[in-house]
Amino acid sequence: MAPSKRRNVILRITAEQSGKRAKIDLNTKVKDVLQDKKNANDVFDILELLESEKEKDVVNAVNACSKLFSTLLEKKDLFLGKLPTGEEEEAFIGGLSAEEKYRLFMRQRYSSCVEMLLEHLDHELYSVKESALCCLMKFAEGEGRHPLEDLDWSEHYSFPRELLQGVVDRLLSRTTENSMLISRFQEFLEMEDVRYYVMSSIRENVGKVLAKNKGALIPVYQNNVFSLMSNISIPSQESGLTNFMIKQEAKHDDWKVAKLNEHKRAFEKMWLGFLKYKLPSNMYKKILVILHDSILPHMSKPTLMIDFLTAAYDVGGAISLLALNGLFVLIHQHNLDYPDFYKKLYNLLEPSVFHVKYRARFFHLANLFLSSSHLPLYLVAAFAKRLARLALTAPPTALLIVLPFICNLIRRHPSCRVLVHKPSTQDESVEDPYLMEEEDPAQCRALESSLWEIKTLQSHYHPDVAKAAGSINTPLSGLEDDISELLEKTTYELMERDLKQTRKTVPLEFETATQLLKGGGDVLGQHFCLG
Amino acid sequence: MGKVPKKKRSVADKVRKAKTSFEIKNNPFEVKINRKKFDVLGRKSKHDVGLPGVSRSKANNKRKETLLKEYKQKGRSSKFIDKRFGEYDTQMAPEDKILKRFALERQVSKDLYNLNEDEELTHYGQSLAEMEKFNDAVDSDDESEEKGLLSAELTASHFGGGGLLRKKTGGQQDGEETHRAKSRQELIDELIQKSKQEKRERQVRKEESQELTEKLDQEWKSIQALLVKKTPKCDRAEEEKPKLEQYDMMVRELVFDMKAQPSEKLKTPEELAREEREKLQKLESDRLRRMMGEEVEESSQSQSHISADDLHDGFILDKDDEKTLSYQVGDKRRQAVLSSPFSRFLLLLLAPESYSDLKDLLQGHTPDNQRLIVARTQKSNHASLAVGNKLKLQKMFGFLLEYIGELATRSPPELVAVDKLIPELYSMCQMFPEAACKAMQSIFEDAGHTMEEVLEVKGHVPFPALDMLVYLKVTGLLFPTSDFRHPVTTPALLYISQALTKCPVRSLQDVTSGLVLCCLGVEYVTFSKRFLPELINFLAGTLHLAVKDKTSLGYTVVPPFRPTGKCSDLLVLSDSESCASWTKKSLPLSATRHLELRSERDRDHHRLTCVSTCLDLVKRCCLLYKDLPSFTCIFRPIRTLLSEHLSAQTLPELLQELRGEILESIGGAAVTRCRLVLEKKKPIPLKLLTPKIVEVLDYGKKRGCNREEREKERLKHKYKKEFKGALREIRKDTRFLAREKLTEVMDRDSERKRKVRELFGSLATQEGEWKALKRMKSK
Repeated sequence: MAPSKRRNVILRITAEQSGKRAKIDLNTKVKDVLQDKKNANDVFDILELLESEKEKDVVNAVNACSKLFSTLLEKKDLFLGKLPTGEEEEAFIGGLSAEEKYRLFMRQRYSSCVEMLLEHLDHELYSVKESALCCLMKFAEGEGRHPLEDLDWSEHYSFPRELLQGVVDRLLSRTTENSMLISRFQEFLEMEDVRYYVMSSIRENVGKVLAKNKGALIPVYQNNVFSLMSNISIPSQESGLTNFMIKQEAKHDDWKVAKLNEHKRAFEKMWLGFLKYKLPSNMYKKILVILHDSILPHMSKPTLMIDFLTAAYDVGGAISLLALNGLFVLIHQHNLDYPDFYKKLYNLLEPSVFHVKYRARFFHLANLFLSSSHLPLYLVAAFAKRLARLALTAPPTALLIVLPFICNLIRRHPSCRVLVHKPSTQDESVEDPYLMEEEDPAQCRALESSLWEIKTLQSHYHPDVAKAAGSINTPLSGLEDDISELLEKTTYELMERDLKQTRKTVPLEFETATQLLKGGGDVLGQHFCLG
Repeated sequence: MGKVPKKKRSVADKVRKAKTSFEIKNNPFEVKINRKKFDVLGRKSKHDVGLPGVSRSKANNKRKETLLKEYKQKGRSSKFIDKRFGEYDTQMAPEDKILKRFALERQVSKDLYNLNEDEELTHYGQSLAEMEKFNDAVDSDDESEEKGLLSAELTASHFGGGGLLRKKTGGQQDGEETHRAKSRQELIDELIQKSKQEKRERQVRKEESQELTEKLDQEWKSIQALLVKKTPKCDRAEEEKPKLEQYDMMVRELVFDMKAQPSEKLKTPEELAREEREKLQKLESDRLRRMMGEEVEESSQSQSHISADDLHDGFILDKDDEKTLSYQVGDKRRQAVLSSPFSRFLLLLLAPESYSDLKDLLQGHTPDNQRLIVARTQKSNHASLAVGNKLKLQKMFGFLLEYIGELATRSPPELVAVDKLIPELYSMCQMFPEAACKAMQSIFEDAGHTMEEVLEVKGHVPFPALDMLVYLKVTGLLFPTSDFRHPVTTPALLYISQALTKCPVRSLQDVTSGLVLCCLGVEYVTFSKRFLPELINFLAGTLHLAVKDKTSLGYTVVPPFRPTGKCSDLLVLSDSESCASWTKKSLPLSATRHLELRSERDRDHHRLTCVSTCLDLVKRCCLLYKDLPSFTCIFRPIRTLLSEHLSAQTLPELLQELRGEILESIGGAAVTRCRLVLEKKKPIPLKLLTPKIVEVLDYGKKRGCNREEREKERLKHKYKKEFKGALREIRKDTRFLAREKLTEVMDRDSERKRKVRELFGSLATQEGEWKALKRMKSK
């Protein structure tokens, strides 16, 4: 070991001198080690560099390691089977040939290298993390091709599960946000077998970590888990399973990994395992946003999500709105029976619906839910009336959605016309019988009311809204308004319409302006002064 | 021999011919009466009476003359044509014919090749030989008449190919014509002879008169000297003519000149007031119409009263100007440095080319002087003074707006200067509405765009800065806020609404900004009474901030406010004692950005001011919206808030009063309303089709509508008729020919029979004779 130490000193000096030369040195060293077994001790130098403080050195060392050990793996110059647990010397004492000894030595170096690399996955520098990850995946590939264990029986499919488990454990850090690395990892997730084993590793990891925590929130960890899981997507057809990292020599088709159903099951288990635990509310939102199109279709039994979704639906507010989408998929495609669905939907209608970010999605879905012509009349009327009442507090962009929406409801259910047309014999004037606070749409007496709110909105300040509201004055035309293009309209777009319009003449104020605070009823002048 | 049957017919014809037409017409056997179906008044029918016998015999005769002759000539190639002169002329007496033929024979032999013996070549009846001399320079008027007369008679003979030549050729073709021409020719010859003679005599006479006039002239010249007096007179007459023209021209010019228009008489103060009132009424009605969303024809753009002395130079004499004007009248026109309060800037100012120019111009002056500078710049660059000035001033409006924004963003904001510049902005806006509109629009576009971008990234935006608030206020001053749709004020309102819904209230400054926006919102909708939901939401939310006990709310607050949370107690008083020392005073606009509240008491006072402002705005809104059908629904949250939550809290007297007023006005509003009924639809009227009027040119069966079609129809009809007629004629011809052939055959047969009978007869007699001889011999 002495000469190696000496060499170490020299190497350190050179590394300090220039990174480039160090790289060349490393390359020559790797070559030396590979060429002659006599130079085996140089491995220590390389491994030592792995723990260097310098980013460049570490990256170079990682690359060198990757080169060295993948060639060794290929050459089958690594010891097969379980490493002896006792003292190193004892292993050597066990009468092994020199060749065997060399292999064992290399195998030990390899496992220590892997350990170091795994630790590097928690490194603070991204470039180090990235190169370590790539190197580890390369090792995984090599191990898969040239298994390090004895394959005694043919039933066993070789896959470096331990290595992958280690990688996943490190990726799902509890302290650092790993989203960058995870998105780098996504490229490996495209390989079917890697994905499959990653999914099961995630499940194990999540189970371990969250169970230990007893349901307490670990936002960073959960974020990592979510970003890793949301990156996983499964091909929709069995024939799509073609991209394997390791091709099994025997009975490839019988391998679990080659079956789509197995994938789906693993996917489902992974998600259910994750969703079982308490989640932070923003995580809820994130999951619900992607649930309907990137989770539900890949599950083998989407109905298992019912509990999660109904729980989310009962949370209220934006989360309920988002849960609607998943629920809709279940009701629509998986025959879910949800008894108080419409009642709950009715109660979701709050003034905040018009202000939340997911307004467009909500109205798109509400439009879908209410498009059925088999809905009872009282329900439709209740929805129309409630929306109208809420419209009194809505911004113009929302009003431009709601007003056609209500008109569409009346169009679909012509009996609802009483809401806008209820001729009475005497000129009675009535109080609004509608009960806003009533939670049951059947009891809210919406059918006895009229849509005075829309009448009010006819004097809205924005011309488009006033016009839209004016459409209830005349009998509605047969065609429904298409609200899909109104959903995403922003206030700026509304402003632009007037700003871009070129008019020949611009009407001007004829009252001469004399002071800043005067004019227009002097409201500003009464409460504020210039100073 | 063959003519026997023909003769028979001709006898019959002759009999008919012999009868007079009168006889025929009265013979009932000859007359065929065409029965009329209808008697049409005023129509003369040509065909009520027909004479079939007559017409048939006419046709028969005609055929005999033409068709029969052709038939007879059929198959014969040779033809005998008698080309002797006048052979076919029945009217000519045989002696005449003989005479003419003789004369012709002689003439031809004599001057066939003699071209120019005694024949004179002429042109227009004038001898060419004569014309070559060109001696008759004076063409007297009387000659032309005879010239015309002569030419009419002579052209035929002279230019129709020459009289004699024509005689020869034409004579062969139709003797009759030649014969007639011949006789006329002689007359013409005579005429020519006569005219020549007359001409000669006339020429002689003319020459004589010419000589006489020349003689007279010469004599006159000799006497002329004696008559000096008279000559200038004719000269003067000649001179007078152009003078007259000049005069005419002047008269015409005067006629077409613009008549001096009567200037308006000086108006009495009452009249002026009335006019002013009428103008305002008109503007007001225009504004109302725009509010209802109707397009107004451009009449509202009327300028203020223009006096007769106005030079359209933009100079308006007002108190400020009078002094400076007097300087300008003085000798210093350019860059006069004066020792007056305005000495520090130039009298005639160039319009700023860029924003920094304007800034340099205005920097460091007092607000009053800044206004004066802007006014001077505007006047010295008035659009009527130079071509590019209009554009310069339009640009200047934009710079001025920018400058105002900058003044508002300075710390501390120089709002007094902004205030001073408002009248200038207003007057420039009145001058260039389009440019002003564009400038304002671009400001709102930028502001809206940045707001949208921030919203997309963060989900919320900070309250607009003071410059935007000032811009919003200026917009309200320059443009009508009551219009149904206006290119500037509609986006401005949208901007206010967006700010009121998306800007979270996190500090007392935010509350103040929000209240300024609310004030602006109220100002914007005061006249039109339009519903601004965001305004009510924000006011309710602001009042919510003042509620101490946030449990068991009977109302919902609308974003950006939250029922509970970090910033939901902003307006709750920290010490109820501070109510006593609070007095209402108006907040400075700068409070939207920077608040200097040292003690907790100051903070409380500020809170109370905000609450009072808010309550006042709520009161105004109540008044504005009390006619809306959903008035109670709109104000329900505020009502519960005021009646249940704020009442429990200690508030100053003034605020309690306001609260009571608001609750009263909310409660006092009519809770009931009429049922909604659709507008009665007008019954759709039947489609009214205007009758199509087709010009009828002639009556009867007519199809086709336009001229071409009618013409086509007519031609078709005519063709059909003609075709039928032709067919009929052809049939008649064939029938006629067949009859002729039959008669021919019958004639031939009978002839043969007769001959045979004759032969038999002669043979019988011969036989008889021979038998008799034989009997005699045997005897």
